[in-house]
Amino acid sequence: MKIYADHAATTPCDKRVLEEMLPYFSDEFGNANSQHAFGRDAAKAVNDARETVADIIGCKPNEVYFTGGGTEADNWALKGVALHKRDRGNHVIISAIEHHAILTSAEWLEQNGFRVTKLPVDSTGMVRVEELERAIDDETTIVSVMYANNEVGTIQPIKELAEIAHKHGALFHTDAVQAIPYMNIDVKELGVDLLTISGHKFYGPKGVGVLYIRNGVKLDKLICGGGQERSQRGGTVNVPAVVGLARALELSRVDLEKNNAYIASLRDRFEQRVEKEIPYIRQNGNKLHRVPSIANYSFEFVEGEGILMLLDFNGIAVSSGSACSSGSLDPSHVLLAMGVPIEVSHGSIRFSFGKHNTMEEVDYIADKLKETIEKLREMSPLFDLKKGGTYNV
Amino acid sequence: MYNQKVLDAFAHPQNVGEIENPDGEGTVGNATCGDIMRITLRIENDVITDAKFQTFGCAAAIATSSTATQMVIGMTVDEALKLTNARVVEELEGLPPQKIHCSVLAEEAIKKAIEDYRAKKEGKTVDKSKVDYV
Repeated sequence: MKIYADHAATTPCDKRVLEEMLPYFSDEFGNANSQHAFGRDAAKAVNDARETVADIIGCKPNEVYFTGGGTEADNWALKGVALHKRDRGNHVIISAIEHHAILTSAEWLEQNGFRVTKLPVDSTGMVRVEELERAIDDETTIVSVMYANNEVGTIQPIKELAEIAHKHGALFHTDAVQAIPYMNIDVKELGVDLLTISGHKFYGPKGVGVLYIRNGVKLDKLICGGGQERSQRGGTVNVPAVVGLARALELSRVDLEKNNAYIASLRDRFEQRVEKEIPYIRQNGNKLHRVPSIANYSFEFVEGEGILMLLDFNGIAVSSGSACSSGSLDPSHVLLAMGVPIEVSHGSIRFSFGKHNTMEEVDYIADKLKETIEKLREMSPLFDLKKGGTYNV
Repeated sequence: MYNQKVLDAFAHPQNVGEIENPDGEGTVGNATCGDIMRITLRIENDVITDAKFQTFGCAAAIATSSTATQMVIGMTVDEALKLTNARVVEELEGLPPQKIHCSVLAEEAIKKAIEDYRAKKEGKTVDKSKVDYV
């Protein structure tokens, strides 16, 4: 049995999306910037894709910029605005739980003379609006807070945060990579100036993303090259990928509510079983404000990599935010920001369900998870102490 | 990222548990760093006749614990003291570079258990409060 429960990492490309993409590799292979008929055909496909995306997120087509993925869009938004507005101020605000694309972009800015403030979050992974009010000053040029967190799924109060940023003359960017697969987003209503989308989180292709840039917003370009993307992002447009992203986004809007309800029912079943059958756990996230797909738990006295690998032996694919498996020695910055004790954070696993998962699969994962945790706890000196009553977490 | 030998050692660890009233015991590591290893030894006439481990840690830590306990059974305490983490890694046919530090714990836990054995033999009491669990 092979079960994929890691949809926050990536999703399989929908066959209908792939179909739509295929002609643009060999038959309709033109460069969208060429002046001849081949180029015009490619340009039409790109423009149609741009219109589709614009329609869905509620903006004008000329506010949609295609990039090589969510990471590039995040880099561009944060660095591009900070560098462009350097003369006005050198302060940038992000949240403590951002994806590494924003986190390391902010570190890069810091190394290059910018001041960076990371907004703290509460124990459910939620940024408090008043923290932004406190952190923002006259030198702040951009505030970037993700819409939904990729590890725990908590949905942030973007509208309120954007209002505060604007009140102080700063621009607002949100990384909506984890939100858009599950939420209808209207950029105007949300009030954001920049927004990131990645193609492969909603059954589209990898290596393609979107940065929405509100008309009137100026930022430095990061990729210098030809005149592509209205001279703001060099590089021949990846036509099949762009076509695929647009088609996948379109398909994701069909039955959005129904799919959300189904995925939430899988997650709820899983959570009920875990919480009933496995002791000494901590649920990470916000049970009211979250995307339907993610369940994140810390299992005390065991380490995440062992859990991940034993599940993998049983054909189950999940993700661990723990130190050892990612190859770095730092535990998840998201869980630490939420106040999860460091020794508990080591045993954390993210389960992220998708529309193709079944209730039977969820039950199988719960069964195997229970066995896995028991097996690893049998081996753990910490659990032994816990049973003896001398170890307190 | 792990080779088959490491995967097998992790999936089917040997000598898991604790020896009652051990002749030597050693616990190293701490939970904050993400690994703790506890080794208990049965030693007769300076020869290790049994070894058991309990480990909180990643797959590499569990695999090296299992392999190290298998290796020391049958060794004299002097031989066991010479067991390096490099030898344990060699026995496992290698570990990814970022996992080498996990194998150091096994070496340290065995050394500590033998020190404990020698101290007991000389009638000294060992200060167990040094063991850092958190």
